[in-house]
Parts: sequence; structure tokens; C-alpha cells
Amino acid sequence: MSDIKEIIGKIYPEATFEEGENLLVNVPENKWYSLAKSLKEDKNLDFDVLSAVVGMDWKDSIGVIYYLTSTSHNWEVIAVKVVAENREDAYIHSVSDLWKVANFQEREVYDMFGIKFVNHPDMRRFFLRNDWVGHPLRKDYDANPELNPIRLEDEINEDDSRTFVEEDGKIVEKPVKVFNEDEYVVNIGPQHPSTHGVMRFRASLDGEIVKKVDVVSGYIHRGIEKLCEGLTYPQTLHFTDRMDYMSAHQNRHCLCMCIEKALGVEVPKRAQVIRTMMDELMRISSHLLSFGCTAMDLGATTAFFYGFRERELVLDIFEKTCGARMSMNYNVIGGVIADLHPDFVKDVKHLISIMPDRLKEYHKVFSGNLIAKNRLKGVGMLPKEDAINYAITGPSGRGSNWSCDCRKKHPYAVYNEVEFDEVLEDGCDSYSRYMVRMKEIEQSCRILEQLVDRIPEGDIRAQVPKIIKLPAGRWYQQVEASRGTFGVYIESTGEKNPFRVHFQSPCFNLVGVMNLTCSGYMIADLITIGAALDFVIPDIDR
Amino acid sequence: MGIDSIKSMKREDFKDNEYIDKLVDELNATGANVVVGKLDELINWGISNSLWPLCFGTSCCAIEFMSLGAARYDMARFGFEVARNSPRQADYVMVQGTIVHRMAPVMRRLYEQLAEPKYVIACGGCAVSGGPFKNSYCVVPGVDQILPVDVFIPGCPPRPEAMFYGLMQLQRKIKVQKFFGGVNRKEKIEEFFAQHPEEKGEIG
Repeated sequence: MSDIKEIIGKIYPEATFEEGENLLVNVPENKWYSLAKSLKEDKNLDFDVLSAVVGMDWKDSIGVIYYLTSTSHNWEVIAVKVVAENREDAYIHSVSDLWKVANFQEREVYDMFGIKFVNHPDMRRFFLRNDWVGHPLRKDYDANPELNPIRLEDEINEDDSRTFVEEDGKIVEKPVKVFNEDEYVVNIGPQHPSTHGVMRFRASLDGEIVKKVDVVSGYIHRGIEKLCEGLTYPQTLHFTDRMDYMSAHQNRHCLCMCIEKALGVEVPKRAQVIRTMMDELMRISSHLLSFGCTAMDLGATTAFFYGFRERELVLDIFEKTCGARMSMNYNVIGGVIADLHPDFVKDVKHLISIMPDRLKEYHKVFSGNLIAKNRLKGVGMLPKEDAINYAITGPSGRGSNWSCDCRKKHPYAVYNEVEFDEVLEDGCDSYSRYMVRMKEIEQSCRILEQLVDRIPEGDIRAQVPKIIKLPAGRWYQQVEASRGTFGVYIESTGEKNPFRVHFQSPCFNLVGVMNLTCSGYMIADLITIGAALDFVIPDIDR
Repeated sequence: MGIDSIKSMKREDFKDNEYIDKLVDELNATGANVVVGKLDELINWGISNSLWPLCFGTSCCAIEFMSLGAARYDMARFGFEVARNSPRQADYVMVQGTIVHRMAPVMRRLYEQLAEPKYVIACGGCAVSGGPFKNSYCVVPGVDQILPVDVFIPGCPPRPEAMFYGLMQLQRKIKVQKFFGGVNRKEKIEEFFAQHPEEKGEIG
């Protein structure tokens, strides 16, 4: 940690540092871009992954906190805080040319805070209607419903975008076209079953070949981050179950861990084991659904029924212990809400015992199928360098041979006490992503097998204060959700409700590569590429 | 109620629903013409047993609806299994999940594209009232703000059994509705839209 400080301090004497959970670098706005370039390109620093971009409004100033990870230096994480010079007319230099993942992230920050990013190629809103008034996450946002009523007239397609460039020390706005007038643009979604939710794509075509995909998001943007600011910490928990509902346990685990870390609460061993097991069961259920949906998108309805047959067994386990099939609300701050059902061990053992045979069945009915292979192999290529640059984690990143499993890199709960392999495939195509998921089901079963007979006795949750107040400060926590690395950022001022909560969802990054992975392939492949990336839309929109 | 069952529906299945009771009373009081009554019955029998949903899943409830389609719950038993993705081929729209401001005009458009007779089911807490996101700046607090809803199914998400109950309530409602004579459904829908006009962006 100290050498990073030295290296940065040598190049940028004006940078100041704050020690904390992660090293935080304060840098003036005009030095940010060159610092970012050094952070990425200097071999001693080599921060090649932009993990999170968190817009912030500190009331008297406005800015962005960037979380960077270095894959070559032991997955070290640092934060960089950049404050815009002028609060009302805020500009920050874009880093979307260094880390491609920043493209959509910065659009989100612009949408929510009104910070304009200089040199960003396409500065449009991301979640809200293009005629929306105000930027909701600013602390001075006017929430008067008369300003933004429920508008029932159709939204006009926004083909005119803009970019902000520096000319002679001044920032000027320049128009940019999303699609040229002679391009043939096909609209897919928002109401389309194969986009796995309410995602909308506008694809420009040359014959049957996709030239460019424009992602129009926000059809399920529910403003969770803003809602969290008005609630107490225990009240914020239930939103996580409803973002990526296929990673409900992992997401909630992450938020609980972040709050526990800030409170300094030690979670009992029994709760840790239960959480780990629930996470893995959730992963199995998610991958089974993904298998079923990928198959159904290709027209293989039988495989869908097979996947759902086993998924019901997992849901039964959840239902007995948590009381619900979905939106379980099981993790709480300090542990879990209820003890395991007496049938838990028996049911898990039954699931583990039947899964190997069922997986063989899946491979027989779908994986080896000629049509499936033709539609998935060699389609949607995502080379490893791009996966890192776009921060594509989870099974999709590992399908590009990028070892990025948070359970291995930053072990949490009891993951360092169990043996499992990080599944990697080097095909970089849709088929590899699909196969990673199938093999991860085996690994999840392996983890469950090791834990199911070793659930220690003891408390299921630690004692926590009745009214939870986090000390002033900021925390960032990551877990491996079903679709990739899920991050939670909390900033507290010492009150009983958070000053700012940000959820860094894996699916947000996944949808960012749709343009890259679909360009050059057929329009019909857009559906299978989306299915293999397996994004969940409420997780993108939050 | 001077009635034990209506058209193959047992009384104990719907006795807790005042709305259906009211419809049944209305049906009995006016004493429909034999020919028209029989024709009504035939049409309603047909519609109620082959209700094709328009899948409009925005979030979690959609996954539970998929479970309905899978083998354990098997909605084909009731004639719901032909889930359509085009509003032109569907009988009713099942709103599963939160409707946000950006989606509201899309939702309204899809509803208008449904062929008559058309029905709306609000499935899950979000569609019923906005659910946990009711206070958000861009969530429509209940789909009944923009569409005339026939059946509400509460839950977050509703269990598959709850969804079946809601869907069967819709069947019952259809079985006692009148196509000929009485207050026309279409008029009721027009009345709803007169009260909920399309707002042209009036920004101050």
C-alpha cells in the first residue's frame, strides 16, 4: 500500500491521501485524467479494472469516487476521489477511453447527478426519460411530482447525442449522431421475452449483420439508491433481494457484510456457514434458470422444463427455511433471521446426490445438440483483454479465461475453508459462458457437500444495537453474485440512515458489451448472445 | 344469494368475492333472454377456458410466472399456457413487476393493441400499488393509475397458487359477464380512460 502512495506522490505532488479501508487518493480535477492514465499504464501500478464509479453529492461539492482494482498486484483496490470545480455546472474528464466500462457508468452519473464528462463520446441520459427534469440523486433535487408527472405520450427516440470537448481551455458542446440517417435501425424491446426482461436494443443492420447496438435502459429503473437514503440500515436490506432476484442471497449478504464491517460486528460461525450455503444454493438456482432460458431462446422447450424441475427443489429448500420461494429476506445485519429448517440437511443432500445425473441429462439434451453448438460456438466473441477492460466478471468473464472469482480473490464468509475450483473456459464465445455456468453448478454442489455435515452449533446472529448508526466514513464491499462481482458502497455521516448507497451490479457491465459482442454477427445471434451473457434487467436499472 | 353455483363454478370457490356476487345478482335480476343468454354462455365458456396471457414481466414476478409454465404448476391445466409475446394474439395482459415512468406509455400502448375483449391482471405488490418502491421518484404507484385493472394479485412475488387463484377469479368474472344487454364492458373501459387522459407534458 505504501509504495503505491510513493509512486503516485512522486508523479503528482498535489495528490493527498486518506487512509481507510482502502487507500483513497484525492486529486484535483485537472490532474485526474493524467493520473488515471498513469494508474492504468504504469507497470508498477497497473490498475486494469475499473470496479466502480460512484457519483457523490457532498452538499457543498459534487464529484465522483472511482474504485480501481489491479489484477496483477494481488487484486489490490484503491479509490480515487475527484471533485468537480463548479457544483452547478460540473465537469469531470471522462476515462471511458482508458476503461471502456466507464462509458455507461459515466452516463449513469450524468443522469443522476448532472456531472458532464469531458470527451465522453455519447453524453445522454441512461435511466430516465430524456425529457426528465432534474437529476434525482443530487441532494437539492426537487421531487415535486408536478415537475415529472406520469407522462403517457411516447418518448421520442433520441438520435442526437452530444459530446463535450475542450477547445482553447473552454468546454464546448458538439453534436453527435447515434445513428446516421441512412442506417437501417431495428428496435428490439422493451417488451420482448428474449431480452430477459425489459431491456431495449436499437440495432443498426447491414442486411442481416448487426453493425451497432444502442442500449436503451431504464424501463425498470426504480430509484433504489435514492430510496435507501431515506431509510434506516435494516430497512434498506430488502431492496437487494429485488434487484437481481436470481442472486438475492448474495446481494443481501454483500450489503449486510458492508454494514457489519462498518459496525465492527463479528458474525457467528454458524451464520457464516449458513450464508455460504445459501449463496451456493442461490447460484445453482440461478444457473439452472439461465440454462433453461438459454435453451428456450433457442426453441428447446424440453430443456427449459428440465432446468425448472431441479430449480423447484432448490426453491423448496429456501421455502422451508426462509419462508418464501423468491425474495427470501433471509440475511440480516449480524447473521440470518431464522434458524435452518430441520429438513435442510436432508434436502441439500438429496439435491447434491441427484445433480450429477441431472447435469449429464442436460448435456445430453442440450449441450451436445448440434443446433445449440452451431448457435453458440464462435458467436459473441469477447477476448480476455476486452473482458477486463469492460470489467465483465462472473461466468461471462470466466468464459473469456479471465480468473476473476471474488470468492478466490477476496475470500469472505467461509470460502477460504472450502475447496473448489474456479471454472475457466478459453473459448471466449457464448458456448464457453454457457459451459462455465454448467460446471459452476458442479462446483457449488462440491462446496455444499463439504459444508452440509459441518454446520457448527451456536448463535445464528450476533448482538447488534437496536438503532444502527454507522460511524462517519465510507466502505466498499464485494461478493461473487451469480452473474459476477457485486459491490456495495456506503457513505455515512454518523446518522441512522445512509448518506449515500451505491450498488455496483455485474449486469450493468454485462449489457455494456452488447455492442462489442453483437457487432458483426447476425441479428438472430443478438438473442443468443444476450442469453449467454445472462443479464437480469432490474439489476442493471436498480 | 339464491344461487349455489354458476356455470360449473362451485359457490364455495367465489363466496368471498362481493364483486362476483354483485354480477351474479345483476344477471339473475334482469332475467336475460333465453337465446341471448345461451349465446352469452357459449362465448364466455369459450373465452374463460382459453385465456392467453400477454407476458409483461418486468421483474421478479415474471420468474414466478415462468414457474407456472413449468411442469410442477403447469398452467396448461386451466388453458393459460399459450403465453403470447404479441399483444395482438393475447386476451389479457398480466402485469408482473414494477411499472416506472419510462415504461408507462409503452404499457398503455400495449394495452391499446390488445384485441377486444381484453382484461388486465395486476400481479404482485409493485403492480398493485408500487410495492416497496411506492415512494420512488419514477415509479407508477399501481398499474391501476394507467389501466383499468380486473384482478389484483398481491404478494411479493405472489406464490404460484396465488397466481392461479387470481387467474381463476378472472375466469369466474368472465363467466358471469354479459356480452349482450346490461352495461357493456367497453363503455366501462371508455369511462376509465376519460378519467385518466394522456397527459401532454405540461412542464412549468
